[in-house]
Order: sequence, then C-alpha cells, then structure tokens
Amino acid sequence: MNLLEKLDAAAAARKAQLPEGLAAFGIPIDESYSATEARIGERRVLMLGTNNYLGLSFSAECREAAHKAIDQEGTGTTGSRMANGNYYGHRALERELAEFYHCRECIVFTTGYQANLGTISGLAGAGDVVLIDGDAHASIYDGCILSGADVIRFRHNDVIDLEKRLRRLGDRSRDTLIIIEGIYSMLGDQAPLAEIVKLKNVYQSTLLLDEAHSLGVLGETGQGLVEKSRMINEVDFITGTFSKSLCGIGGFCVSNHPQLNQLRYVSHPYIFTASPSPATIASTRAALQLLRDGSSLREQLWKNAYQLYSCLKETGYCLGPEPGPIVAVLLDSPKRALTLWNGLMAHDIYVNLVLPPAAPEGKSLVRCSINAAHTTEQISRVCETFSKLYPTVTQ
Amino acid sequence: MSKITQTQITELLCQRLACFTDVEAEISPETNLITHLAIDSVKLLNLIMEIEDQFDISVPLNALVDVLTVQDLANLIYKIKLSS
Ligand SMILES: Cc1ncc(COP(=O)(O)O)c(C=O)c1O
Repeated sequence: MNLLEKLDAAAAARKAQLPEGLAAFGIPIDESYSATEARIGERRVLMLGTNNYLGLSFSAECREAAHKAIDQEGTGTTGSRMANGNYYGHRALERELAEFYHCRECIVFTTGYQANLGTISGLAGAGDVVLIDGDAHASIYDGCILSGADVIRFRHNDVIDLEKRLRRLGDRSRDTLIIIEGIYSMLGDQAPLAEIVKLKNVYQSTLLLDEAHSLGVLGETGQGLVEKSRMINEVDFITGTFSKSLCGIGGFCVSNHPQLNQLRYVSHPYIFTASPSPATIASTRAALQLLRDGSSLREQLWKNAYQLYSCLKETGYCLGPEPGPIVAVLLDSPKRALTLWNGLMAHDIYVNLVLPPAAPEGKSLVRCSINAAHTTEQISRVCETFSKLYPTVTQ
Repeated sequence: MSKITQTQITELLCQRLACFTDVEAEISPETNLITHLAIDSVKLLNLIMEIEDQFDISVPLNALVDVLTVQDLANLIYKIKLSS
C-alpha cells in the first residue's frame, strides 16, 4: 500500500464504521450569535458542546481589548517569541499568569496543544520516564512521543495502579514525570490530586497537571483543581489553555521551578512557531481578569451543571462519574450515540459526538458541556428533550 | 514466573489476544496485530496494561513502534522481563 492508498483505506474504514454518522463531525457553524446560540444551516441551535465554560466569548471587555490591540499592534506578529514575536502583551500575560498562580515562572505558548508538547518534551528526554493517566489528552501523548522518554500509562484515576507502576521503576522514579489533568475532557471527572501528590513525594517524581478544562471552573479564584485541592505548592508544573474558559487561543505553563525558563531555549514547540496574535493576547488578558473576579459565573456554571447532571441521571441515562461542566452520556454502541445525537439536533440542540477509539473504554459518548451563560430555561429545555429521546436509545 | 520462557510468553499472548480481537482467526506467532487481528491502538494499549500486571513489568509505549507481530511483542516482553 502506498501513502495515498493507506489514507483511502482509513477513509473507507471510517465510512464503514457508521456511514450516516459522518455529518456529525466538523459540522459547519454558519453564524455564532452568542455564547449559547448559533446557526447551523437553517437551524438556530442551542450550543451545548463548546468549551466556553464561563460564557465569555462575547464579553464586551474582551472584544474591546482585542479591537484595540489590532488597531495598535496589527493583526499578527509574523514571528517566533525567540525572534521578532516577543511583544509587550506576551510578557505582560506571562507576569499576570505567574502572579495568578503565585508562581515564579510562566511561559506562554501559541496553543494549549503546544504548551503540552513544549513542556513535556522540554522536561523529559531519552532515558527518562513519563507516567501518564490512561485517559490523557492527545496533546499529552504527542508531547511524550516528542520527548523520546519511556512512556508508561496507568489506569485512569487509579492511585493504586499508579503506585504499582512507580514501584516497578525503582530508582528511575526520580527521573519520572507524572502527568494528569484537572478535569478529564471526555468523562468530566477530576483527578485525585492529593493522593497523587503524596505518591509523587514518596517516589520523588515530578508532577505536571494540565488544567485545560478546570481553569476558571474549579477553585475560589478559578485556578483549577490545584486551588480546589489547596496543592499549589505541591504541583511542579501546571499547563493550561486559553481556548476554553478564556475564549481565546494559546496556552501556558507555570511553575515555581526557575528551570522552566530554560525551556524557551530548548523547546521546539515554543521556538519554531509564530507567537499568538496581539488581539488574542489582549482578549486573553481581559478574560483572565474576568475569570479571577468570576465567582458568580462559577456559581452559575455549577448550578447549571448540577441541574443537567441530576435530571439526566434521574431520566436513567448512564453518565460520567461526577457532576461538572462536562456531562458525558455513555452509550454502548456508536449507533445509539448517533441516534441520540441526531435526535438532539432535530430539537435544535448541538452536543459533541465521540466514538471509539476516541472515547474511553470502547464506549460512545454524547458529550454535553455547560456554561455560565446558559439559562435555567435553556437547561430545562435540554432536560425535557433528553427525556423525550430516552426511549429511542434504550429500545 | 522468573523462569518463564519465550515460548510460554508467546502462548500466553496468543490466548490473551483471542479475547481482545473481534476477528475469528487462528493466532500464531506470525500473526500481525493490526492487519490480521484489527487490534486498534486503544485495544493494544489496554492489552499492554494487562501484560504489565501479569509479568510485573513496565512496557514503554515507545518500544511498541517496532512491534508488528505476536512474536515481536513476545520478544519485547521477554527482553524486559529478563532485564527487570
Ligand atoms: C486536556 C487538554 N489539554 C490540552 C488541550 C489543547 O488545547 P488547545 O485547544 O488550546 O490547543 C486540550 C484541548 O482540546 C485538552 O482537552
């Protein structure tokens, strides 16, 4: 099989899996009206499948900051942070994030994906070990591959399994980077951080926590799981993204280890790419301020999350392990998941469809994500629709 | 367990693989995991976790890039077991 034939074979396999399901992926959003509504074709749909947790995508402060930055600094930096792309805004955002986490160092990357790639491959190398949660995001897997380290998975959120694997490493546990996430992107459950910190201290390993989905969502000021668990002094490196609750694009790593700064000189995903545009950085800085002051947004977000989780549970749906802004409905076949997804679309509700192998444990998911801008009425409408559709996925 | 032979590992793998694949096929050392058994990447990773526990070893995922057949996997496990 030549290169192109291999792609044809992959396309055929994808079509064969669920021919009628192809339309669910990469659906064209024709117009975006607000943090909760968009137009898809002729339909005005309720968006229940974004990562816009605080509902800030249309905030006046962020838009104004972005407009101003475009007018003053232009549309793009046209260069790397290591060359001509290191603007005042990038450095200011790094200072603000470091201060937000009470950390000495911060590096801003062009995407959250690159933040993981750059941090992991900058920290670990050949001969080292990276121990990752089995449900880790693809950016973590890819960072591990780029690092050249030995990559070992432990069972998702299973502290006993993690310890077993640390023990097997013997002395190598000291050269080991453990990687977990604050909130896991598919099932929406949280890492048992306090227990993992205990282990990493016993085995003298290094811990990296990806707060992509927990930034703005957990903790009093929205730092993430690290704040909720009061573990800021115990976690070595925190990565995160601007593309979810901060409604921009970009990523970061913060740490109290001064060595983080060295990554600027060795990390290809930091060096060999253009820096984020001035508008992105400006809106992210404005969003960070709103996020820090956003306890009422968090309150509303959690109220919405509990409302949806409890009503779907009552209806009889099988859900992810705990309530949160990601409510994953687990279905035992891709066909059933697609039936539910189509049913929701027919009622003008957009959610994410996740099929194997992207979903954990061979399940298929209808993944809902809630934000602070959803109204109680909107969530009630979603609940009623799910309840109406229940018979179609159980027969 | 420390004296386990390469042949025993191969036999054990063939048995375990039968549970991981939906394909009805005779599994031999030459069987290709992906093209013959349609073991996708996630299934392979889960199989690796089971193997790790069974032999009390760690199999780095990066070592799997050279694994195509059941025999390749058995050789890798044997090598890691020997050096552990
Ligand atoms: C856990 C996790 N880490 C990192 C990323 C990458 O973030 P970005 O979209 O900013 O590249 C994502 C986003 O999908 C994610 O879910």
